[in-house]
Amino acid sequence: MAELPADIAALSFEDALGELDRIVRALEGGATKLDDAIKAYERGALLRGHCEAKLKEAEARVERIVLGTGGTVGLEPALPSQ
Amino acid sequence: MTDTPASNVPEFSVSEISGALRRTVEETFSLVRVRGEISGFKRHSSGHLYFALKDAEAVLDAVCWRGQAGRLACVPEDGLEVIATGRLTIYPGRSKYQMVVERMEIAGKGALLKLLEDRRKKLTAEGLFDPARKRPLPFLPTVIGVITSPTGAVIRDILHRLAERFPRRVLLWPVAVQGEGAAEQIAAAITGFDALAPGGAVPRPDLLIVARGGGSIEDLWAFNEEVVVRAAAACRIPLISAVGHETDTTLIDFAADLRAPTPTAAAEKAVPVRADLLAQLAETGGRLTGAATRGLSLRRERLDGLARALPSPRAAIEDRARRLDERAERLRLALPTLLLRRRAEVDRLAHALARAVATAKARLERDRLRLTQTGERLKPAVVRCLAEHGRTLDTQAKLLESLSYKRVLDRGFAVLRGEDGTVVSSTHGAEPGQALSVEVKDGRIAVRVEGTPRKPAGKARTDQRQADLF
Repeated sequence: MAELPADIAALSFEDALGELDRIVRALEGGATKLDDAIKAYERGALLRGHCEAKLKEAEARVERIVLGTGGTVGLEPALPSQ
Repeated sequence: MTDTPASNVPEFSVSEISGALRRTVEETFSLVRVRGEISGFKRHSSGHLYFALKDAEAVLDAVCWRGQAGRLACVPEDGLEVIATGRLTIYPGRSKYQMVVERMEIAGKGALLKLLEDRRKKLTAEGLFDPARKRPLPFLPTVIGVITSPTGAVIRDILHRLAERFPRRVLLWPVAVQGEGAAEQIAAAITGFDALAPGGAVPRPDLLIVARGGGSIEDLWAFNEEVVVRAAAACRIPLISAVGHETDTTLIDFAADLRAPTPTAAAEKAVPVRADLLAQLAETGGRLTGAATRGLSLRRERLDGLARALPSPRAAIEDRARRLDERAERLRLALPTLLLRRRAEVDRLAHALARAVATAKARLERDRLRLTQTGERLKPAVVRCLAEHGRTLDTQAKLLESLSYKRVLDRGFAVLRGEDGTVVSSTHGAEPGQALSVEVKDGRIAVRVEGTPRKPAGKARTDQRQADLF
């Protein structure tokens, strides 16, 4: 896939999905000009890839806040006691 | 010294008796729980708390040293009915006894609920629970901060449900969720998360969950404390409160952006179900491809349809070429055909002319013959004719002669004429005095009419008679 444009990369999953949905509706409506339709499809494909990437980031990582001296906040891996 | 029974009573100095009393009291009441209403509450600048516990009958002075004051499970205030735990002591210098309070809890559910209600009203009036302050939760948070006890079922339930729905990065800020100092820890954790800068070493969560399992109202009391409520209200990160069971309500629930009935429910509110999203995305992706493909094929069909409707230039040219060829052929044939037709016409006319000439010649011949023949018959015919006419003339002349009036004159009749020569055959035109001439066989006699005729018939006769007489 082509380099993800910055404006798409900055989108939240929800916003990207919302825009993808609008593009699909517009394309399904069939009223788009051909050039616009192709551009819309390309953007839709990028949005879809972005959404998929967002969904792939499904790593569960649990860390625990540790307070250092002077109120600094740090992290340490935490496996909560079962 | 007098040895009296009274003197048998040992004698104490003030200090001794005070010290004895103090020892007795402190040994006897080294650990007591006293229930009473706080009155005359005063927080000294040193951090020590001074107040009195009272009921309807009595008053007990009390003090809470600074070390304990920060760790009390509830914040003392006037009118609050509490159960204070501590020891009794005596201050000999003022002949006063007092209670040194080490722990304090709110006494009685009714009192707690009243306090809760009063506090809720106060904070509501401040606008802390204003719906306009609520922030929408992110649809899919990247980092979730959880403020709860590091041990126990709550954090386990939350992590479990998050893993089921959509595994996320979780930062746990461990706190005590009940007991002394719990409220301060919870408030500090909320404020601490909110203070994290985006992009720092510790990632700033985009969602907070403040959670605790079920318990009594006293167990959950930390979440009713103002410091916690205020921290939650001030927090700029969307915050879900999940304290106790579904029926439990604490003040942090009013300040939170969303109240979840249980910690598990908080995890459900925090993240969507990844599998659902994957399915939805796959479906939308399919629709995207389908719509694009359909859009293209639709356009292709329309183009084909229009192209079919568009007349083909080659066909048009071919058609015209065919028509041109056809006309050229007709042109090529036209002249010879025309000549042929004209020649036929000429031939036909020539024949007709020859026939006409022959016919005319024949008729001329015939006429000439007839002329010759007729000419030959002409002379005798003329002679005959003249002779015949001559005879006829003679006959007629004789007849004419025989019919002439002169013959009548010969026989004695006369013709009466007027001066102008017209015949007068009646009395009309014969006026008296008129000159007439009478023709007879050999000449004319001039006469004149006499008198005046009375009646035409008689007169004429008379005239004729007179003429005769004359």
